Order: sequence, then structure tokens, then C-alpha cells
Amino acid sequence: MSTDSLASKRIISNKREFSLKNFFLQWEWLLILILVFVIFFNGFLSPYFLNIDSILGSSMTFLDKAFIVFPMVLIMIMREIDISVGSTVALSAVIMSVLYNAGVPMVAAIIICLLVGALCGIINGFLIVKYQLSAVIVTLSTMILYRGLAYVILEDQSAGDFPSWFSYFGWGYVGKIPFILILFLIFTIIFTIALHKTTFGRKVYGIGSNPKATKFSGVEVSKIKIIVFTIAGICAAITAIFLTSRMGSTRPNVADMYELDVIAMVALGGISTAGGKGKMLGAVIAVFIIGYLHYGLGLINVPAQSLLVITGLLLILSVTVTNLKFRKRKK
Amino acid sequence: MTENKAKESLLLKVAKHREFGLIVFIILLSIIIQVINSSFLTLSNLNDLLTNTSILIILSIGMLMILLTRGIDLSIAATLALSGMITAQMLKIFPETHPIIAILIGVGIGIICGLILGILVSKIGILPIIASLGLMYVYRGLTFMVAKGEWVNAHQMPASFKAIATSKILGVNTLIFIAIIVFLFFWYFMTYTITGRRIYAVGSNPESAIISGIKVDRILILVYCMMGGLAGLSGVLWVSQYASAQGNTASGYELTVIAACILGGVSINGGIGKITGVLLGAILLGILNNALPLIHVSPFWQMAIEGGIILFAVIFNVIVNRRYEENQLLRRVI
Repeated sequence: MSTDSLASKRIISNKREFSLKNFFLQWEWLLILILVFVIFFNGFLSPYFLNIDSILGSSMTFLDKAFIVFPMVLIMIMREIDISVGSTVALSAVIMSVLYNAGVPMVAAIIICLLVGALCGIINGFLIVKYQLSAVIVTLSTMILYRGLAYVILEDQSAGDFPSWFSYFGWGYVGKIPFILILFLIFTIIFTIALHKTTFGRKVYGIGSNPKATKFSGVEVSKIKIIVFTIAGICAAITAIFLTSRMGSTRPNVADMYELDVIAMVALGGISTAGGKGKMLGAVIAVFIIGYLHYGLGLINVPAQSLLVITGLLLILSVTVTNLKFRKRKK
Repeated sequence: MTENKAKESLLLKVAKHREFGLIVFIILLSIIIQVINSSFLTLSNLNDLLTNTSILIILSIGMLMILLTRGIDLSIAATLALSGMITAQMLKIFPETHPIIAILIGVGIGIICGLILGILVSKIGILPIIASLGLMYVYRGLTFMVAKGEWVNAHQMPASFKAIATSKILGVNTLIFIAIIVFLFFWYFMTYTITGRRIYAVGSNPESAIISGIKVDRILILVYCMMGGLAGLSGVLWVSQYASAQGNTASGYELTVIAACILGGVSINGGIGKITGVLLGAILLGILNNALPLIHVSPFWQMAIEGGIILFAVIFNVIVNRRYEENQLLRRVI
């Protein structure tokens, strides 16, 4: 009897040890370590960086595109991808600016901007679901189409002259915290809860890990896919608003290659493109890693080109590490 | 009844011979353009058209092989820029280099780029879209670093090198000649050699390919190396054609190449796609690029029209395939 209880104790203690180890072996911890390293690295590069104002304020420079990261996490967990988001940003930004210049009130123009984004997303989702096409093909075509429409509307002009309050989106502060950072954190909370604590989130994971089984267990796969792609469109429009506000004007070629930056952030965040794996938190930390890395290297005048190399290597390295880890577990 | 049958056979034909539908579409388009502007179907314009499409054709053939294995390569435009830039820098220092050696160096750089991607995809098992995205950043950044932020301009390149794009072999422009050679080589390779057929096997069913003794890893690495080599070749040709090497050469061109493949009927899920279809897809895009200015369409409409046509082609393809499958099922019932 005593040996029995000993054995069971050992099992329990083993279990506890294992879970603790697993807890610290999570990808997110590694990301936080990298983030801390990047921030101190920045502080080392420029003595002015390591104060709260600077750390908070510099987040303005990279958070605009980060709003697309949230829906992209959902999309990539569902084994899909959306490469039309950059073009959606351009199209909705262009329509908003042109409408305002044509005399539409700014508030109405902003609402229409969001609607245009939503429409772009619905079209993507509808085509993917209705014709059962791969998302790569559909969003590649609409990427060219949406960008093309932006060129049709604005040609090689730029549109601007917004009311002065509009610049608050890109440059405004609430106390000492940038407005965009506050909104980003609110979005983080909403999307984290939606993905990890609601049935909607479970369905998204289900579609990613086994689409057929999920469908047969009564989940409306098509409906969820259309909803998620629509959210992606709306978030692209939000990015358009912040980007236009910060730049003060817009052109048809804005947000070029945003889709690839966003996908890189999501992949670095540990979201497996094979579907069904990854956490919202990882992607959010990855946003700050890439953002601060670029900002810090910009401080010491590292040319943007070397940043490309570093971002690319970081992406490949992180995916390689997760892959090797995953392979070991499989064995 | 007979009408039904005729309809069936037409659908069957369209579904089976996708190239045929593309040819009809290209001919119709050409007639419309010719009616609007009679200078379209002249020898010199057709020569221009094919010269400007040659690089797209070469790259599309490589992308076809990648797509057949269920992969995708987003790094080709960056590979193209990198090999073009390194070759141009080298020509700046050694202007005596023979053009053929310059081409071989470009191809070599491309193969190395492809080899790295191939190893990441096959040995480490990273998804092609992510691995090639990462490498796209790396190669593009390296291109800028090699260039040190400067362009290599026409006057820094030897005349013999610039002549690659302007000279003629057997009466056709060298670019077209090279594209024809590449097409014939890969047409033979993919249709009649064992390795070529294995590429299809790997894409249509990887598990059974492994069981039937195909070394999938090797095929994948080979395919990515060939794609890299073709991208390297295109890089040298591109620099010679435009007589300038820039850091952002061909930025975003990978998507045009994928679009040409999709127009040509290649399935992104692997295993389906013919080299003749890809050739026609690339030519169709080439015609659009060449003809829209000729019929006085504003250049700002070009992108939207291109996107619309690709989307239309993709949806049309699905509808035809579905009808075809339904018809097949109906037949079985009867």
C-alpha cells in the first residue's frame, strides 16, 4: 500500500514538473524574452530610448498595420491566408479621401471606408466559400483587382487636406499613451477573448485542425469563414484610417506589401500555417518585436534594406525552431 | 437529347482541353484589339510583345513545377533581382566578361537561392509560402546591400552584355530564342522523362509517391533549384533588357507569375497543370500589357482589368469543372 501511494505521488509530482516545464517552454515566453532583449538592445543603441514615454510613443510608428494581425491570426489558424489586405487598405483609404474631397462629411467618409473594407472582405469570403477555391488564388486575384480599382479612382494623384481633428487617430495621445496603442490593446483583449474563451474561437480552431470533422459536428464552416474574412476587411479599413491620418494624405500605392509584413508577424507569433495551432498573444508580442526592432535599428541609421534581411532571418529561424520542436514531439 | 449530348461534349472538351479555351479567348481578344487598332497584329509589334513576355514565360515554367508539387515560391522576384544585381556589379568591375559567362553566373546564383529554399521546404518541413516569404525578405535585402543603395546604369555595362536583349539568333530576338529553348527543354522534361513525371506524382499524391519509392525530398530540392536557376537566368536577361539593375527590380513580379500559371489552368493544390497552358496564360497577360495602351485604355485601368480577368478565369474554370463532374456522375446513373 505504501508503495502504491508513493508511486501515485511520484506520478503527481512528475505531472506537476512536466506541466511547469511545458508552461515555461511555451513559444510566448521565448517571444517575450526576445522582446525584452530587443528593447534593451534599443536602449543600448540610443540612451534616449529607455524611458516610458519613448517606448510608448514609438509604438505609433508601427501599430497601424498591426490591426490586420488579429484577423490574420484567425485566418491562418483556419488554414487559409489573405494576401489582399494591403490592397484593401489602399482601396478603402482612397475612397475615403476622394469622398471627403468631394464634399462628404469626414465622419460619413470614415464610415464608408469601413464599409468598403467589409465589402472587400465579404467578396473574398464569398468567393472562397461559394466556389470552394483556395484562398491563395482568390485573394491573389482580388489583391490585383482592389489595388487596380484604387488606381482607377485616384490615378497618380494624392488626396488629403483632412480636417485637423482627423490627425488625432495617428498622432493623438490619451494622457501619456498614444491613442492607437490604447485601441490596439482593447482589440487585443477582445480578440483574445473571442479566440480563446468563446465557442466562436473553438470553431475557428476546429476548422483549422479538422475541417471535415468540424463540418460534420454541425459547425457552419462557410458562415464562420465569411465572417472572419469580413473582419479582415474591416480591420484593413481601420489600418487605412490610421495610416491616412498619420500620413496626412493618401495615394493608390499606400500599404504596399503590408500583407507580407502582417503574415511575417503572425508566423513569428507561432501560429502554425498548417492550421489549428497558435495563440493570439504570440502574434501580439511578435508585432512589438518586429516594430521595436525596426524602430531601434532605424535609430542608428541601419538602412531599411538590412532590416529586410533581419526580418526574413528572424521569420525563418522562428519557424524552424517551432518545426523542430513539433517534430520531436511527434516522434 | 442530341442537343444535350452536344452540350456535354462541348463541356467535356473545354474541361479536358483548357488550352483550347484559352486559345479561343486569345484569338477573340486579338481580333477585338486588331479592329480597334490595326497596328496590333504587325510583325514588329508581335516581336515587341513576345520579347516583353519572354521573361514571364521563363519564370512561369519554373513556377508551374513548384505549384505541381503543392508548393509556392514568393522569393523568385527577389532571387531575380539579386542575381541580376550581382551580375551587373561584376560586369561593372570586369567589363570583358563574355555574356554567356554572365548568364551562367546569374543562373548559378539563382540555383543557390533555390537550393536554400528547397532544403528549408523538404528537409526542415517549413511550409513553402512561409519559407519563401522569409527568403524573399532576405534576398531583397541582400540585393540592396550588394547595390549599396545605388543603381547600375546603362553606361556602366559593356555593350556586349546589353546586346543580349537586342541581338538576334536565327532571325528572332535572343530573349524570345532563349524562352523557346527553355520551353522546349522543360516541355520534353516534364512530358517524357521519368523525373518529370515524378514531379506530377509528388504533387497529386505525396503519400503514394513515397510508397512507390520516389525520393520526395530530392524531387522537391530539384524543383526549387530549377526554379531558382530560371529566376537567376531571368535576372540577367532583365538587367540586359532594361539596361539597369536596381534594388527594387521586379518587386511584386512573383504575383504576376503566379497569376499567369493560374490563368493557364494550374491547380494550386498540386498535380494538375500543363506547360502549354502556362505558356498561353503568360502570353495572355503579355497581350493585355501590350494591347491596352494600343487601344487607348488609361494605364491606370490596366491593373484592375488584369485582376478582373484573372478572377473571371478562376471562377469560370471552377464552374466548367463542376458541370463536367456533374455530367460524369449523371452518365454513371444512366
